[in-house]
Amino acid sequence: MKISTIRDLLNAEVLCCEDGLEHDVYSACGSDMMSDVLAYVKDQAVLLTGLVNPQVIRTAEMMDMVCIVFVRSKRPSEAMISMAEDDGIVMMASDMRMYDACGTLYTHGLIGTAVHV
Amino acid sequence: MSDSLVFHFDVDGDNFTSAGQASTQVKKNLRQLGLSPAIIRRVSIAMYEGEINMVIHANGGTADVVVTEEYIEIILADTGPGIKNVEQAMQEGFSTATDSIRSLGFGAGMGLPNMKRYTDSLDIDTVVGEGTTITMRVNLG
Repeated sequence: MKISTIRDLLNAEVLCCEDGLEHDVYSACGSDMMSDVLAYVKDQAVLLTGLVNPQVIRTAEMMDMVCIVFVRSKRPSEAMISMAEDDGIVMMASDMRMYDACGTLYTHGLIGTAVHV
Repeated sequence: MSDSLVFHFDVDGDNFTSAGQASTQVKKNLRQLGLSPAIIRRVSIAMYEGEINMVIHANGGTADVVVTEEYIEIILADTGPGIKNVEQAMQEGFSTATDSIRSLGFGAGMGLPNMKRYTDSLDIDTVVGEGTTITMRVNLG
């Protein structure tokens, strides 16, 4: 699934790194607990979260993720957007709730990979 | 070993926002050395979890990363409260973190288990009231 398709399905606003929208991604995860993200991710490219602080960007960076979607109308700070720009991570914001956003992406083929490393 | 590289960092314990900066820098350094993405990811995540732990529980400390031809070693040292029960702390889901820490996305009791998961060896040297030194190693090749 292209990141641009995620944007369309979630009716999301792209906040930075628009040039990455045509990047293909194959799995995603949704969590507000970053340690859970760090435990379960294996080649997951997209993080959906309602948590808004700089550690979200750092977690995505550590996991080599390429896209972060903030759900529930959460908005990152300018400093966070700047961090994501530096890392080349596409960041977007959606008004959808976590459950609905994850379900929408899953039913369109973007699966999770709940695999411990 | 004469060919080893050492990266040293002071981890600020008063600033949750900056937590993880050392791990970010190490990731960049390891990329420049041309190591495989899988190895870099394992080292970065393990160090990042440790760095977060030092900020949450121990008011910061120091981080040293030693790169040799055979392995990468991460040494995290603090003078915090120490770990009362290491076996318990290694269990997934066990945490002494406060609700305020959980609201920041950490304190789920996954830090130490994640550090063990992503490394080939994990050694915890801790004394209650004096501090903790964690040594992790990721083998190369």
